[in-house]
Amino acid sequence: MKIPFSYIWRSLWARRLTTVLTLTGLTLVVFVFAGVLMLAQGLQKTLVDTGATDNVIVLRKSANSELVSQVDRGSAEILETAPEVAAAADGRPLLAREVNLIINLNKKGSHAMGNITVRGTSPHGVELRQGVHITQGRMFTFGTHEIVVGHGIASQFEGIALGSVVPFGGDKWTVVGYFDAGGTGFDSEVWGDADQVMQAFGRPTYSSLTFRLRDPGQFVALQARLSADPRTQYVEPKRERDFYREQSQGLGNFIKALGITITVIFSIGAMIGAMITMYAAVANRVVEVGTMRALGFQRRSVLGAFLLESILLGLVGGAAGLALAALLSFARVSTLNFSSFAEIGFGFALSAGVILNALIFAVVMGIVGGFLPAVRAARLNIVNALRGA
Amino acid sequence: MKILSIILRNAFRHRLRSILTIAGIATAVMAFGLLRTVIGAWNAGVTNAASNRMIVRHRVSFIFPLPVTDLQQLQRVAGVTGVSWANWFGGVYGNSSDFKNFWPRLAVDPATYFTLYPEFIVPPDQLAAFQRERNSCIIGRKLAIQKGFKLGDVITMDGDIFPGRWEFVVRGIYTGRDPSTDETQQFFQWDYLNEQVKQREPGRNVDAGWYILKVRSAAEMPAVSATIDTAYTNSQAPTKTESEKAFQQSFVSMSSTIITSLQVVSFVIIGIILLVLANTIVMAVRERTREYAILKTLGFTGRHIATFILGESLVIGVLGGVLGLLLIYPMVQGVKQGFSAFFPVIGVSAFTAVLVLGVAALSGLAAAVLPAARAVRLPIVTGLRTIG
Repeated sequence: MKIPFSYIWRSLWARRLTTVLTLTGLTLVVFVFAGVLMLAQGLQKTLVDTGATDNVIVLRKSANSELVSQVDRGSAEILETAPEVAAAADGRPLLAREVNLIINLNKKGSHAMGNITVRGTSPHGVELRQGVHITQGRMFTFGTHEIVVGHGIASQFEGIALGSVVPFGGDKWTVVGYFDAGGTGFDSEVWGDADQVMQAFGRPTYSSLTFRLRDPGQFVALQARLSADPRTQYVEPKRERDFYREQSQGLGNFIKALGITITVIFSIGAMIGAMITMYAAVANRVVEVGTMRALGFQRRSVLGAFLLESILLGLVGGAAGLALAALLSFARVSTLNFSSFAEIGFGFALSAGVILNALIFAVVMGIVGGFLPAVRAARLNIVNALRGA
Repeated sequence: MKILSIILRNAFRHRLRSILTIAGIATAVMAFGLLRTVIGAWNAGVTNAASNRMIVRHRVSFIFPLPVTDLQQLQRVAGVTGVSWANWFGGVYGNSSDFKNFWPRLAVDPATYFTLYPEFIVPPDQLAAFQRERNSCIIGRKLAIQKGFKLGDVITMDGDIFPGRWEFVVRGIYTGRDPSTDETQQFFQWDYLNEQVKQREPGRNVDAGWYILKVRSAAEMPAVSATIDTAYTNSQAPTKTESEKAFQQSFVSMSSTIITSLQVVSFVIIGIILLVLANTIVMAVRERTREYAILKTLGFTGRHIATFILGESLVIGVLGGVLGLLLIYPMVQGVKQGFSAFFPVIGVSAFTAVLVLGVAALSGLAAAVLPAARAVRLPIVTGLRTIG
């Protein structure tokens, strides 16, 4: 015979204060747990979305970021004439020769310094990134010292307001516009003309080439052809999505590893809290349990009822924690990505996977906390229990 | 004395519950201490920066090199007693997605670098061997242990900033002067880097990543900084000269968001400690409502009752704190193993130990305030009527 659910629910309600204290503890743990997962997820989403499916990025072999990569003009010219490269609206190859550098800017309202990526691009760079559009001001003009600033950093750093002049590379650059790249990594960058930027920094080589494939299926063939050609043996093509996914791994894994290690440790504290509550629940209800057993409820049902009670605690705590964590979706963070050595802004992203993981985590906390007390309740001897021992 | 024994007996009346509470607090306290230690490790570079060293870097960003020709001019600046330089090499060793394959690799001037960094202790014969042999390197003791490198071994890696295959022969192993010295770095000859790059990529210059200055006294730093930075303002490579501490701080501040979130989490943990403890005390007080009423009829005042409850909570909190503190040390060892690439220097500071105990004790008091106030205020008659 099963013990009705309303009994379980009401016994939690009967000791409201203790229940609420335990719930708050569980809620806080789930909140942090979900927050950590959301942060890692947000970072990955931002960077993976930065890459487009048909785009290919070419870097120097074994360069893990654009910053350390160098691609010579010779390779650029060979790729520009490659048959695999799609044509742009103007009929020319849809390929951008880009240079990726870093400048230091101060974060607003603190002395903290950020590494900001300056991307020098060529006329097809914008066409390659669908979704990039100007929100304020205008696009920079090729051949001039004008730059546009991603809206992700525009409000966070000093000295890059519209119309202001930013000194770098021995030259002065005017901010003529802000752009929105749809929540991708480009939102944390400053864009200008590749030739101008390279000249200013006296740099003869590009950092990377990005182009659209005419047919996405041609990637493997292109890869083989480039590595066989002695003129392009030092460069390596990567699918843009894969490249940006790799960029998210270092920081993402770090956030996850550190966050989860610490969360799991202090979740033990909350589990013990739940255990205390459940032991007290059992102790207070010895007579009740004896009565139920005398009425014919089996040990199994008693065990189930108490276990369900603590699972319920876990679930409610989990849901509350998730609800709190969902509020984080409105927050944005900006920090240094170890892989690219540059500032990256991203949000907390709530996904089905995060919700599922957080709820499983909450239920596990409930089960672990409630199991021993439930066993004690189930093992009570009827006669002794009725006596109230 | 009597009161103390009542407190102690009360604290352990429900032995299982008290033990559980202490265990719960101990794990939370441990997590708190671990977090504080991790935050401390992040700042290790700043804390350990020498007070007589300055760094000269490119003003725009540390990724841009400075001309090697700056050297002579820097040596002549008043107050500067020594100049050396280094380059970040980067490189990929083995599988790059494994954190354990990352450690700092620097190309340094073999003649001057180690005189400016007395905290890296290299046996004289090994240093001489390093200075003699072009493709040799000196590695930290901890790195040698972790990766099993021995003297005479060849470390092979792929370059990223400086492409191609690179081989370095281990000719020296340095030990740290202080326990907080980073023993995970690898140094090799700047001249080797320069020669190889000239050979591999004709036309490319290596230059100096940054210069390290030794100054006579910290008081002269502002003047040294002003002299150098003004001199290079309109050059091809304008400089930023700052104390080693400020230089390290600028790296830490790049990750300030992560540090702030860790701090927020540490406050959440304090909240959990409070909740677990408060839960136990609330239960205990509720069960003893009648008892407290009887004590009151016997003439014990509200202050006595409050002392009993606060004392009991304090005892449990402090016990949990002490146990948690003892657990922090093995945990930090674990983190040291797992995150060595991120935190080459990590250790529990005395301040953290005191802080952890303080947090546990304060939580003990805070958790008992409400239940105690309730028990003190409860009318005797109501208390006696309670069936618990």
